[in-house]
Amino acid sequence: MTYSLVQLTYVVATALFVFALHWMNAPATARRGVYAGVIGMALAVAATWARPEVVHHLWMVVAVILAFAVGIPLSRVPLTAVPQRTALSHAFGGLAAGLVGTAKFYLWYGEGSAELTAFRTTAIILEVLLGFLTFTGSLMAAGKLQEVKWIPQRPVTYPGQNVTNIGLMVVAAGLGVAIVLHPAAAWAPVAFGGIVAMSLAFGVLLIIPIGGADMPTVIAILNSYAGLAAVAMGFVLDNKLLITAGALDGSSGLILAIIMCKAMNRSFTNVMFGAFGQVQQAAAGGEAREYKAETVEGASQVLEQANLVVIIPGYGMAVAQAQHKVRELYDQLKKRGVTVKFAIHPVAGRMPGHMNVLLAEADIPYTDLVEMDEINSDMPQADVALVVGANDVVNPAARSDKGSPIYGMPIIDADRARTVFAIKRSKNPGFAGIDNELYFSDRTWMLFGDAKNVIGELVKQMSGGSGMH
Amino acid sequence: MHATSDLWSQIFVFVLATFIGLGVIRRVSRLLYTPLMSLTNAISAIAVVGAILVAGPDYPVEIRFLGAVAVFASMTNIVSGFLITERMLKMFKREQKPGEGNRP
Repeated sequence: MTYSLVQLTYVVATALFVFALHWMNAPATARRGVYAGVIGMALAVAATWARPEVVHHLWMVVAVILAFAVGIPLSRVPLTAVPQRTALSHAFGGLAAGLVGTAKFYLWYGEGSAELTAFRTTAIILEVLLGFLTFTGSLMAAGKLQEVKWIPQRPVTYPGQNVTNIGLMVVAAGLGVAIVLHPAAAWAPVAFGGIVAMSLAFGVLLIIPIGGADMPTVIAILNSYAGLAAVAMGFVLDNKLLITAGALDGSSGLILAIIMCKAMNRSFTNVMFGAFGQVQQAAAGGEAREYKAETVEGASQVLEQANLVVIIPGYGMAVAQAQHKVRELYDQLKKRGVTVKFAIHPVAGRMPGHMNVLLAEADIPYTDLVEMDEINSDMPQADVALVVGANDVVNPAARSDKGSPIYGMPIIDADRARTVFAIKRSKNPGFAGIDNELYFSDRTWMLFGDAKNVIGELVKQMSGGSGMH
Repeated sequence: MHATSDLWSQIFVFVLATFIGLGVIRRVSRLLYTPLMSLTNAISAIAVVGAILVAGPDYPVEIRFLGAVAVFASMTNIVSGFLITERMLKMFKREQKPGEGNRP
């Protein structure tokens, strides 16, 4: 394939990628976006493979076959496991960038120093740094999300942690500068190996002080890094398709990370270095207060007589596998002419948008999924707010208690509804380890038990009532 | 080859593509952030192009081996990324026919 033809194909692929992301602006056109992406990718792979310098095919064919063997099962994981899968794919992306950078460095080193210009060498070092850091960092994040036993969920901190991290970064940067200045030196390959090792270590060190509750932000940041690693690869190989596609991915991760940070009223630095979510012993050890419990019978009567019911789901709903029961409750209420809306907090679930996907899987129409900003003005009109497996995102302490670790975080105003029913498995505090004021409000009635059972009982009450002869 | 002019055109492309990315992503429906992430995963697996250019040419065996592993890693992202995005998007449905929800 001639040079111009290859470049033309790359331009078309770039345009298709931009369209793919553009069509994600509405659920109605989103699937078209996937097809545009697939076509763009197929064109790019075919054009590259057909380039005249590509002469060895066997290993690549084997790699592609293996990739299908691994990739197809990975695309069929349960939706609760999508955050882990996403983290794992960032790891793969980082690994690919790191390996290509490493291969290119040793290749050009072997061919003589003329190839290793200062610009290329800088780009290679950035690519390898970002790539391997994303690789191990994402593996750690995937491990935390999967709740692998030997990876701690709570943030791990030790004295001098930030000093260690910054020190490591300074040493790596120093080695990098040395290689850029003397790319042909006899010690350069060893120093390069050192950078690879430090990048791998850095990924681990960066993620261990971050708690499980911050994983949505971390995944978005790692998404951005994976994109930037592809951009650096584009600089190394002088390939503008890599630069544009990587930049699209990088900016996507950046925007999602900013949205996640805003939704928690936190800064990037606070997420990355704040070790949020450590159990706050002093604060948690306060006075023991009484919950008011309600029976399923009582709750179902109140629900049936409501005009507007707002359901506030949290990740606990997915853990209890309650989303299909929630759907049955939704049907029962709709049948009685009750308006039912779902209030979705931006950080509900374990990655950006996770709750929407979990509810969509349960066949709840996306037109009834309402963002926090839009639902809050309707909350005073809501007759019932039903909290299912959510905790911190409905905690009024975020508005009023300056001492609370979540103070300032935007929340769904469940406490402004006329009645609040909160389903809770136990009396333990939530994922971030904070007590919830809402549960002690005089409008709140607790329904204790497993979310799936409690909702199932509610549905049984209602269907029993309407089916009587 | 003018290395410096290449450098600057690459930086131009990067900056402009970032602006396009920011503009396009800002308009993405909030409902679709999870599929968006898996789609951008698949798209950033464009690293496969770099991997092929390391694995395919007549380079030393060690170099081609690293390239082949990179082909595997990025190709896995392409396959699983597009498939899972499609799978998730299929689940997003509008409200059913009017009238079905409300009993007269």
